[in-house]
Formats: sequence, C-alpha cells, structure tokens
Amino acid sequence: MAQIFKPSANTMAKLSLIAAATLPWIIMYGGSTISRSAANTLVGVPLSQPVPFSHKHHAWELGIDCRYCHTSVEKSAVAGIPGTETCMSCHSQIWTNSPILEPVRKSYETGTPIKWADDTEGWNRVNKVPEFVYFNHSIHINRGVNCNQCHGAVQKMTITWKGKTFFMSWCLECHRDPEKFLYKDEKNPQLSPSEQVFNLYLKNQMGVELSAKERSLLDGQDYAPTAEEEREGLELVKLRGVAAKQLTDCWICHR
Amino acid sequence: MSLEARETNDTTLDLETVRQRLSEKGGREYWRSLEEVAETEEFQKWIDDEFPNRASLIGIDRRDFLKYMGASVLLAGLGGCRFLPQERVIPYIKAPEDRTFGIPSYFATAAVFGGYATGLLAKSFEGRPIKLEGNPDHPASMGAIDIFSQCSLLNLYDPDRSQNAIHEDMITTWEEFFKAVRPTIEGHRKTGGVGLRILSETTTSPSFGDQIAGLLKQFPSAQWHQFEPTSRDNVKAAAVSAFGAPLNPVYHFEKAKVIFSLDSDFLTAMPGSLRYARDFATGRTIEHQGASMNRLYALDCVPSVTAANADHRLPVKASEVEGIARAVAARLGVSAPGEPSKAIPERWLSALVADLTASRGASIVLAGDHMPAAVHTLAHAMNAALGNIGSAVTFTDPVEVKPTIHIDSFKKLVADMQAGQVETLLVLGSNPAYNAPADVDFANAVKRVKLAIHMGAYNDETGALCHWHLPEAHFLEAWGDARAYDGTASIIQPLIAPLFSGRSYAEMLSELFDKPKHGYDIVRDYWRGHGIDDNAWQEVLNGGLVPNSALPQKAPTPNIAAYSPSAVSPGLEVNFRPDPTVWDGRFANNGWLQECPKPLTTVTWQNTVQISPATASRLGLTKGDHVELSAQGRKVEGAVFVVPGQADDVLGLHLGYGRTRGGQVAGIAGKMDSRVALTVVGEDVGGFDAYRLQSSTAPWFFGGVQVHKTGGRDNIAAAQTHNSMEGRDILRMGTLAEYAKNPSLKPEGHEAPESSLYPEKVWDTEGHYQWAMTIDLSLCIGCNACVMACVAENNIPVVGKTQVLNGREMHWIRVDRYYKVSQNHESKDITDLDNDNASRIKDAFDPARIESAFQPVPCMHCENAPCEPVCPVAATVHSHEGLNQMVYNRCVGTRYCSNNCPYKVRRFNFLNYTDNQTQFSGTDNGMIQDRRRLLKMVNNPDVTVRGRGVMEKCTYCVQRINHARIEAKKEGRRLGDGEVVTACQQACPTHAIVFGDLTDANSQVNGKRKNDRSYGLLTDLNTKPRTTYMGRLTNPNPELEKI
Repeated sequence: MAQIFKPSANTMAKLSLIAAATLPWIIMYGGSTISRSAANTLVGVPLSQPVPFSHKHHAWELGIDCRYCHTSVEKSAVAGIPGTETCMSCHSQIWTNSPILEPVRKSYETGTPIKWADDTEGWNRVNKVPEFVYFNHSIHINRGVNCNQCHGAVQKMTITWKGKTFFMSWCLECHRDPEKFLYKDEKNPQLSPSEQVFNLYLKNQMGVELSAKERSLLDGQDYAPTAEEEREGLELVKLRGVAAKQLTDCWICHR
Repeated sequence: MSLEARETNDTTLDLETVRQRLSEKGGREYWRSLEEVAETEEFQKWIDDEFPNRASLIGIDRRDFLKYMGASVLLAGLGGCRFLPQERVIPYIKAPEDRTFGIPSYFATAAVFGGYATGLLAKSFEGRPIKLEGNPDHPASMGAIDIFSQCSLLNLYDPDRSQNAIHEDMITTWEEFFKAVRPTIEGHRKTGGVGLRILSETTTSPSFGDQIAGLLKQFPSAQWHQFEPTSRDNVKAAAVSAFGAPLNPVYHFEKAKVIFSLDSDFLTAMPGSLRYARDFATGRTIEHQGASMNRLYALDCVPSVTAANADHRLPVKASEVEGIARAVAARLGVSAPGEPSKAIPERWLSALVADLTASRGASIVLAGDHMPAAVHTLAHAMNAALGNIGSAVTFTDPVEVKPTIHIDSFKKLVADMQAGQVETLLVLGSNPAYNAPADVDFANAVKRVKLAIHMGAYNDETGALCHWHLPEAHFLEAWGDARAYDGTASIIQPLIAPLFSGRSYAEMLSELFDKPKHGYDIVRDYWRGHGIDDNAWQEVLNGGLVPNSALPQKAPTPNIAAYSPSAVSPGLEVNFRPDPTVWDGRFANNGWLQECPKPLTTVTWQNTVQISPATASRLGLTKGDHVELSAQGRKVEGAVFVVPGQADDVLGLHLGYGRTRGGQVAGIAGKMDSRVALTVVGEDVGGFDAYRLQSSTAPWFFGGVQVHKTGGRDNIAAAQTHNSMEGRDILRMGTLAEYAKNPSLKPEGHEAPESSLYPEKVWDTEGHYQWAMTIDLSLCIGCNACVMACVAENNIPVVGKTQVLNGREMHWIRVDRYYKVSQNHESKDITDLDNDNASRIKDAFDPARIESAFQPVPCMHCENAPCEPVCPVAATVHSHEGLNQMVYNRCVGTRYCSNNCPYKVRRFNFLNYTDNQTQFSGTDNGMIQDRRRLLKMVNNPDVTVRGRGVMEKCTYCVQRINHARIEAKKEGRRLGDGEVVTACQQACPTHAIVFGDLTDANSQVNGKRKNDRSYGLLTDLNTKPRTTYMGRLTNPNPELEKI
C-alpha cells in the first residue's frame, strides 16, 4: 500500500502549526493597524473643500482670532462653522475678484449654500465625534483646554486636516489625568482660563518666547509634562473646579 | 423570532372565581388586573417571563448552538469594520444675530384644544421645534402641559398631514383655488351671501371672530355654523337657562374644601383642566400630620381620572345623575321639579350634604360636560344655595366668540343643505363626515351643495366629500390667537415656516373674501386696535399672553327654570365619552397618543366596549369578546373590556376610533378606506367608530341597548399585566385617620433588613451632586402627562399594537394603576355563593367598593443597583452623581439587567423601533425615505436615538443635568435647587414629581424624603432606590367609614 502522506506533509504540518499559532495575531495586528492608520482615521489627511480655505493664512499669517469665525466656541457645545457673511465681511473689500472665492460670492448673492463645481453643497466635515458622543466645546475652553490639544497645529494647515484620532482611549488620556493637559499661561495667570487659551495664539503671533510645553501644544505634539508641571496641573484642577473623578463617568460624554 | 402577536387574551378568565377571591381577600390587597386576581395562566406567563412569546432556543443542540455563536461573534466583529461616509456640513449664509449656534431658543406660544388655549413654551433647535413645555406665566398651564398639547408636536411632522390643495382628488395650488372660486364669491357678494355657509369648530380667537364678524357684515345673508362633537353644548344651554346668557363657569379648586362632582372629569377633560388639577392638588398637599385636605365626592358612570381620585366614588348610570342631583339639591333647600333618585344611599347622601353645608362658600358642585343641561342647572343652583358663587365658583362672559349649541347649529345646516338652500359651504377644520352623530346624514347632504370647500390639517373623511380640500397650517406654523378657560388671551406664535403649503383659516378667509393679508398682520392689526402698541406687543409675544385679558369674574344668581325631568334609562345604558388619548378622533394619527395607555384601562391602540365585571358575568362576556351593540336601528361592533369599578349596566364607549381617512397610524387603529392612497403594512386593526351609534338627540347616553355576542375575538393591547411587581409592598395608601395613627402607612410584615451584605459606601460621592426623585402618590392623578413628556424629550419610539401585545412598549416611565376592594363600604351581601360565610361576604363586584390609585414608575436609580453586577460587558454602571448609567454603545443585548431589575423599568429595543415606526411604512422606498426624513425632525438632538438590540431606560434626563452642570461650572458656582428639572417633573400638573440634589440640605427633594410618608419600593431588597415615593392619602368622610 502506498503511503498516504508524502515527506513534504511533514513540512506542511509544521507550517500549519506555526500558522495556526501566529495567523490570528497577524490578523488582529493587521486589523488594528489598518483601523489606526490614517486611511481610517484621516488624521493628517487634508480634505478637499469647495473653497480652498487656509487656516495657515488666516490664523497664522494674518493672525485672526479663532473666535472671529468659530463664534460659539466659548458658549455652546458646538464651535460653529462661519456663514458666508463672515467670509464676506473681509472679502467684500479684499480679493474681491479672486476666482477662488467665486463660490463664496455666489452664495452671498443668491442666499444659497456654498457650492462645489459639481453643484453639490456644503463643506467636507473634518472633525467629527460619533453620534453617541456629546462633546461640549464651551466647557473644555472654559477649563483651559487648548484648541490645538485636540485639533493639532491648525495654524500650520493650508487645507484643514484632522489633528488627532478622536479615539475614546485618546479622550480618556485627558479625562483620566486632566492635570497633564490643562493649560496655564504662566505670565498672565490673572486671565480667565479661556482667555489664557486664546492668549497663547496671540503670544505666538507676537513672537513672545514660549515654554517647551507651549511650543509642543502649538505644534500639536504629544508632550510629557515634568513632575513640577504635573504638580502645578493638580493645583489647576483644584482651582478650576474640574471634577476629575467624574470625568470618566460614562454619562459625561455618552447619554 | 416571530413578529406575529400570539393569542394573548385569556379565554379562561372566570369572572365568578374572581368575584369569590376578591370577596375573600383582606383589606390591603392591591391588584392591577382581573387576570392577576384569578391567577390565570396568562397572567402567570407575564410573571414568569418579562417578554413572553419569544422564540425559544430549546430545540437547538449544543453543536448547532456553538456554530451559531461562532458565526455571530465573527459577523459581529466584521459588522464593525467599515469606512464611514464623508459627511458634509452646511453653515448659515447669514447667521441670525440673536441666536447662538447649538443653544436652543424658547418661544411663547399656545396650543388650542377644543377651542381653548393652553400657554406653552416651545423649544426650537436650529429653527426646528423639538419640545413643548408649559408656560409658567399662563393661567391655564402654570408651567404644566397636558398630553394633547405635548403630542400635538408630533402632528407638525406627520407625513400624513395635508400637504397640498386638492381639487376633485387632483393636486392643485392655492392660486388655482382662488382663481376658480372667486367668481362664485363675487356672485354671493351681489346677493348678500344667500346660500353661503361657513362651518367651523369652537373658536375663541378674538382676531378670527372679528374677521368673521366683518365677513358677515359684507355678506349679511351668509351664516356661520359651528360643530364639534365635544362642544360643551350642555354647559352653554344650562347657563342660558339659569342666567339668561351663556356665561362661562370658572372654578377655583384651591378655595374648595368639599367638591361634589356629578361625573365631571375636571382633572383631565375640561377647558382649564391643567389649572384645575394644580388647584385641586394644592388642596391635597399634606406636608405633615394633622394638616387638612379637601374632599372629593364623585358620581362616576364610565370610570374617569377624576373619579379615580375621589375620596368617595359612587358608580351610577348617567341617567341617574339628574335624580341624584335633585336629591342633593332638595336637601340643600333647592326646589326642583321631579322625583329625587333612590340610587344614592341615604348614608352617602346625608354625609355629603352635611359636608357641603359645613363648607358653605368653600365647596364646589360641578357637572360633567356630557351631563344634560338640567344637571348643570341644578349644580348652579346648589352652588348658589351653598354661597359658593362668587368665591369658589365664578362666571365670566362667554369665552367663545359666538357661543352656539353646536348640535342645533349643525342640524340646521344639514337640513338647509338637504333643502338645497346651501350653494357654497366652507368647512373650516370640522370633520362632520366622520364625527357627526349617526342620525345626521352630512355625507348625503353635502352632495346637494354646489361648491363644498374643506380646509383642515388632514384631508380627512369630510375633505374627501368636498370639491376642494385646502391644507391648514399647524399652530407652530402660523400666527393666531385664542382665549383660555378664564378668557386670558394668548398669541399663537409660529416657530417655523409652513413645512407644506398650509395656511391659517384667517389667511385663507382674508384672501378669499378680501385681499391677501399675512397671518401676522391679521393678528397684529386686531390687537393694535385693542390697545396693544408696539412696545406692549413685544411683551405680549415674550410672555405669551395679553396682560390682564382674563374676563372679569361675575357672581350671578341662577334661577331654575322649569324643565321636564328625564327618566332613568331602561336596561343597558350606553355612554359615549371622548377618548382619553385620541379625543374625538383628531389625534388618531398620532403614534405617541395611540400608544399612551388609557389612564384606567391601560388599553392602547384601540377603543373598547367597557363593561363592569358583574354585568360582563351576567351577559357571559369576557375580555376580548366581540359584541354587536344595537339601538334604534344603529349598530356598532367592538371588543369587550372588563373594567372594575364601572357602574353596572353601563356600556362605556370612547369616540375617536374607526377612522377611514385618518392617515397611516389611524389606519392601524381603524380600518383603511380604499380612497386613501396610503396602505397599511402588516399591522393589527383595532377599535371601532362609536359615532355610528350616537344619536343627535341624546349624544352622550341612552338606554335600551341590545348586546349580542358575535363570537369574534380581539387581542386587546392593554399594558396592565406588563411589568408586574407581584403584589409586594409597592403601593402605600391610607386615609387621613390612618395616617394619624401610622404616619409611614407601612403595612405590617415588610420590614427592611437591618444589615446588608453590600459594602456601605459603593462609590466616592465627595463633592458631587447626588440626584434623587420623589413622587407624591397623594398628588398623582394618573393623567399620563409625565409619560408623554418623557416620550417627547427622550426620543422614545412608537412600537405599534403588535409589539405592545408582546409587552415591548418602550416608555421609560409608566403609570401603574392599582385597584383595591374597599372593606369599609356598605354593600350588597352575596348570598348565592356556595360558602359557609356567604352571609358575611360582601360582593367584591359591587363597583362602589373599587378604589383605584396611580403610581408612576421610572428607573429607581438604586444605589445598589441589581442590574449592574449582572451585566457581562459593564454597560450599566454607576456615576459619581448616583445615576445608574446605561451605555448604549457598550450594550450587547443580553437583557440580564432587565431580568434582574425588581422594578421592571428597563426596556429592550427588539426591532430597531425608531427606524421602523409604522409611520415610516409606505408603498415605495422613496416614500419611506421621505416620511422618515420628516419624522426624524422631531427628535431631540441631545439624546441618542437608540438602535436595535440595546437596553434603555430612564436617565433622570441626564442631558438636562449635564447642560445645567456645565452652565453652572462656566459661571463658577454650584447648581441651585430646582435648576435641573426633568421632563416628567416639568409636565406634571400637580407637582407630584420633585427632583433635586441630596447633598443640598435645603433642597425640596431632601424635605420630601424626610417626610414621614416617604418610602422606597422593595427596600427590603437593599437596593436603596434614589426614586422614592410618598404614600397616597385619601380623605374619606369618617361618617362613611363606619360600617
């Protein structure tokens, strides 16, 4: 009787065992890499827009305050996306014939939303939390969380991209240890937390010397605070009435 | 899993067994349904399993189970893998300056119901009305809101609402309509309006009245008729006979110590009932022992919310009420023609009369709107004899623009139509083709009208018979005004431009008869002419009412005109009442109201033939049996529902069902008409059109009805057996005298354990608010306002009748209704029972012995929540503020939590109800999408719309808590007491629900929890509920308590 298994079967069997042991890990690792990659999270991927609006030009080169356009950021859950009228407050005076701004002018004239070349409406949404997450801008700004902390180095973006992943684990980094992230303007501690937040961008504009923490904040980089900074942070948490334990309660963000 | 409703009605329920068991039971036994007393198989099913009728896993062997499980895990994992579509955002072109993005605005407006206004505050989110709340400054609302006003919000987004002008079944435009009809109007102008008739519902709108008056001046021969089935004709007729003018009675319950209701449902079904409920509750608010409380005596024909709250309830036939009124009046020194009735026991009568005379000037006698004018006249005379007129009862000039006896006005119109005298008929909102009494044949008469125009919110039964149909704007879409029960004028302020092409009646009339005028100008011009300048106008709009516009109070002297006393109806007496949830049928297409359990029966999605247990037993009927009722050649067929406490020999029928052109939702509750383009997809049909038995001469009750069992059966979706807590110490109730002896009202044998195995401190509460709620059962009247407010606030889906039959209603707060057989009541003895003690046993089916009580049950937010440790994925956990959090995005749907919840307050979303609501069904996909888009607009953006397979429950309105906490933090302060108001608390007309922070020593909720009546449900389980109750107190007359 001929042998059922040829000698190569040994190799196949060994390989199968190895594959059985490693494949699940490879699949899981692969899956998680894909889900964390920019292809999925869109972090750092500029999204095309009907008008190529540059935060770099407006917020850095011209130094316009964030709140000029995002008007409700200190008052409401949402920061607000500026209406056509806000654009036209300047652009009725300057760059009045720029072809790039044609959709804006048309929107203002006709009273219809800004349109793409293919006649579809609206801006591509860059930053979005899932629908069961209820994020409130105003309370974050009012406790002293910087815009760039979540949105990355917006003042460097020619076309806007998403600065951070917005994963829940990423939110929890701060909700677990707010002392590492609250911002204090050492030179102007008398300002309200929200004024300190916006003062950072002004200081950057005016070329004031910035600390390492401030620098990395502006650049949207992760920063490991020193022990001294953490101690200060804990004081800030107390001073500003941040209920640190409560921040990980589910219904703080989900409801 | 089968989606079909199984046969859930128990045919084995033997009423005689129930009678015997109830008769033997002790005094302190509360029960919710007859099935529970009989311990039927059906009831046992609901006890054993929270969701009976599920498909079972038994039958699958272990290997298959593992296979399915493996596949499920894999598919569940893969299901999460997808790239989300790119979303677009569209900002304003020109942002409104007075609003902040993301922060809702409130506008004062008013809802009109039966002609009368209730002041509201409407919440608008980015221009979209999403919630209605009571206007605290409005006398008819005082910040509370009734179920009808609350749910009228859903009508705004109803896809079945009339969207276009229709001419002979073809869609057309308003311009075409005016072009086509104007020559006819010009013709009428030449003849002074001969043959021109207008038919409207009750109206109290000053500007509209002014407009009609002007119109009638232009067309002197034209006539204005009014018809609405629930029109208070009897109230007006009685006022005319007693005072010579149709004066409007206004009651002041806060001043009344003794109230005698002649089958009046003043707590839920009368103009001003929200205010009346508040004032009534004021007189029943007991903060400590020894405080006094008002006393309500009520005659009751078809069980009503008011009678259920009475201290003494006497179930009688409606036709006996007049005789009883005469008997009481005679004792009070009022001479009235006719024989006093013997239906009132002497003890009851003398106790009542003694109480009333002891509270001269501080008592109220009032009759139900459906009682004959003679009863109202007697009530006025009794109030006069007791010196109440001018104190607890006052009168104002009529609130209605033109007080009319509607049925006479309507019958004259129909007679004229039949005689061919009506050339042009303009129907404004009225729907007589559906809701006229069966003996007035509007449908045939309208065929003789040359030009019939119907304007209404729905292209309904009447719209189908008219040549033209025009869409009416919703009250949140058009300007208007109306008066409240006391005459206070409110401005109806729109929040949104008409979604479809609707207009207000006023706008239509001005364009048709005069020149086009915007609704705003019509209202503004009227009030400018009545002393409201531009500054005052801003205040009027801001406050929602015209200051000091309440009509002056009068104290006229009634005179009892001679009337011919009517006889007690022989045999079975049929009683008609507006439905507690769909009213006269106008809310038939409102899913929220259809699914709202009717206060006493807990029936949803249909009306029934209500019969008392004794009568049902005698006629051999049981729940669900189809019967044919016939009288004077008219007949209807409906399903029987046995209602303990209803008067014997009375058939209670609610109007408003059996719509033929009501829309998709109404179509589920009724039967569809082939003329409607919409079809109903796979739903059960319930309810019948009771108007077909109604007669114009005796619209509310008559005797001599024949009942014939047809052999058919119906599944009645009644929620009363669902979510039972199995007769533990759930409801505490006692009289004032019992309260004096035992302040906690605690029955014996339910001691809370002294020690606990749970650790004492479960979480760190340091510095955090600790939320808690108290519900005062003394004040709860069972009106369901809390349930509907919760539905509107928390995006609670409508599940449909089939799902209710399976116990899957999604309401986060339910109102349990309990019955008790009173032992302290003199009653017929049963002698025909085969029992040694027969002579001592009183008949438990004597309806007068049935007492009822209501108990709202939201989530208890237990400190030691039993749901939490059993969740395998930690989807329900505690917050630092003491909230039992439910995290939808973690929940995998094991339902262990619900199983372990002793209070049965958790709800499981079996079938993705929000996206599959019956309103979404349609004939093609595009249509379904359109309907879905429209109905989505009603959702509260601050609350997650839950999906399939997820458990959900009351959150204590955490979105409101979070909002208030964040705002307070931004201002650097702690929240004050009363800053967080839950939706149920806000809607409650009697302030029965109080919510607040336990760490605030002075908070109202702390005070209530320290009250001696305060108790928690099932505290012997050591759950430490955060929702606590205060025992229900009644104030029976000690004279009647003695046996």
